[in-house]
Amino acid sequence: MTCSRRAFLKDTVGGTLASVLPLSAFTILSQDEAKAAIAESKVRWAFLVDTTKCVGCGLCVKACKNENEIPYDAPVTRTWVERYVVTKDGTTHIDSPMGGRDGFITDTIRDVEIDSDEIDKAFFVPKLCNQCDNPACVQVCPVGATYQTDDGVVLVDRDWCIGCGYCIMACPYGVRFFHPDHKVADKCNFCYHRISNGMQPACVECCSFGARRIANLKDPDDPVTKTITTERVAVLKDEYGTKPHVFYLGLDANVR
Amino acid sequence: MTEDMVVHGVEWTVKELFVYPNEFIYWSIQIVMYPYMTGLVAGAFVLSSLYHVFGQKDLKEIAQFSLVFSLALLPVAAIPLLLHLQQPLRAMEPLLTPHFTSAIAAFGIVFTAYALIVLSEIWFVYRKYFVEQVHELKTKSGLSNTLTRTVYRVLTIGAYDVSDSAIKVDKKAATILAAVGIPVACFLHGYAGFIFGSVKANALWMSPLMPVIFIMSAVVSGIALCMLTYIVIMEWQAFRQKRGGGVAEAGEIKGAEKEIINKATRYLLGFLVAAISLELLDLIFRGYTAMKSWDILRSVMYGKDFVNIFVLQYTLGNLVPFVLLILPGRTLRRTVVALLLVLFGVFMMRWNVVIGGQAFSLSFSGYMHYEIPLIPHSVETFKEGVFGALTVMALPFVFFWIINKFVPSLRRDAEST
Repeated sequence: MTCSRRAFLKDTVGGTLASVLPLSAFTILSQDEAKAAIAESKVRWAFLVDTTKCVGCGLCVKACKNENEIPYDAPVTRTWVERYVVTKDGTTHIDSPMGGRDGFITDTIRDVEIDSDEIDKAFFVPKLCNQCDNPACVQVCPVGATYQTDDGVVLVDRDWCIGCGYCIMACPYGVRFFHPDHKVADKCNFCYHRISNGMQPACVECCSFGARRIANLKDPDDPVTKTITTERVAVLKDEYGTKPHVFYLGLDANVR
Repeated sequence: MTEDMVVHGVEWTVKELFVYPNEFIYWSIQIVMYPYMTGLVAGAFVLSSLYHVFGQKDLKEIAQFSLVFSLALLPVAAIPLLLHLQQPLRAMEPLLTPHFTSAIAAFGIVFTAYALIVLSEIWFVYRKYFVEQVHELKTKSGLSNTLTRTVYRVLTIGAYDVSDSAIKVDKKAATILAAVGIPVACFLHGYAGFIFGSVKANALWMSPLMPVIFIMSAVVSGIALCMLTYIVIMEWQAFRQKRGGGVAEAGEIKGAEKEIINKATRYLLGFLVAAISLELLDLIFRGYTAMKSWDILRSVMYGKDFVNIFVLQYTLGNLVPFVLLILPGRTLRRTVVALLLVLFGVFMMRWNVVIGGQAFSLSFSGYMHYEIPLIPHSVETFKEGVFGALTVMALPFVFFWIINKFVPSLRRDAEST
């Protein structure tokens, strides 16, 4: 076969035009345009933690493990409770044995027995995924297996996650881990299967003290939303620019 | 814990003080190997380009060798990544559904592009040799000759024109590819630095200097490995020649070798100075600005990891070889010791970045220690243990041995480029 340069160029230009022209009939939407074309969601899930109400019973951790099938005795968990004890010498003792699953039943924090007379203040802080508006985990996922829903929750596609661990590294809150059975990234999703069906997340449902509550920020009549918008609430580690959506009442400066 | 409920990282992570429950050393030895091997690839290529592009004639021999060696190193750069994936069967997904906001997503594309450049450059450099082999083996009989000839026939891809004008075109193409290859090689590795440098949650990693530091130390390690392998092979050849009675030729090999090593050493030292300067700048800057994370970073760098960072990496891996190489009256043996130390130093730098970055908790209130699994008792402890790392380290030499059978990068009589 012979092919002169002229013929080659002619065929190339012709072929390119023939394939490009029909394509020009389509419009490529930018992400914002595509979003605008689809009706905006009426829901933006958020969470309110009242640290002044938490007693550290660990029932939320138990409920979460059972509801979301996270192996009960594995040292990983979607939600956990931290105990903070600030003593008179200015030291902050922090612990969360088994994520606080079994409650805090001793005065000992990592082999140090705390004398109750020496305590300035002590409190519990429940932690869970912050369902950030600008989630670092979604940004770094190389395959798009973790993504944000229209109502603000970040989910993981277990059938598509390659288990590289980049999202685990990227999360400033340490909420992600590898699921011991599924071998993919896992984290709290506000019990998405429950909240999408009119139920409360398992941890909220079982908290007898009202320390954990879920809110729809786009519903002004939602009582929890009202608390978030009218009370003085704080978020964790806002310096990372992730725009977290778990709000805290009574958050202490010692909380990490 | 039951066998089927293995939590990734528990095996080798020891926690101290307050660490979030889900925190473990998730990125272990294989992620140390990944930038190390990628760096060697990039460095080897840059060394070969010094001859092809900048016409450093005295580097000709080592340049040819480095080019082929960088091809042998290339597949090994991707293997650590594959070994650390929790779902290795899904390794092709970043190519199928790349999510481009992720620094990892482009790996496949950058890696493939680079592989194509290296492969085609080697093809242009060695095409004439392939054609010669096809003609030469035609006259010989025997199954192995027939098979070898078939391999060479495939390697020529049907291009048998070895006229002067055709060879000239080959040379030009190889030079262009070498030139294009330099930025791509730097990108391949700088991009490995970006993967770490862009993790804002990690106080140690997050730094815009990270990609540049990675490139500089990559070139250092690549040149060092090429020089070292080159010296070993040349010494071996000279030794064999000597035993065969060819004393004159052995001396000739040694003479040529010395000149090449002198030249390559100068480049090595230049890049070494650049790498150390940048690393120190990063360290000083962190200490001077003393952000929130500095307290814990300081306690890790000057306390827990002091030996790893200041003794093993900076002193033994940088300062000592620098002195060894710069002092007058350098012998070949001293060069070899210095090169080994340089390679060790760069490895420690990767270790201190990857493992050191996970040595402290995101809570800034606790520490994690990595206890590398020595004797494997499961697939995971093999992959992410000493033996997994040693396997990865040995592979490039195996690949080089195979490739060199068909692409003789060390033959002095091979008339190429």
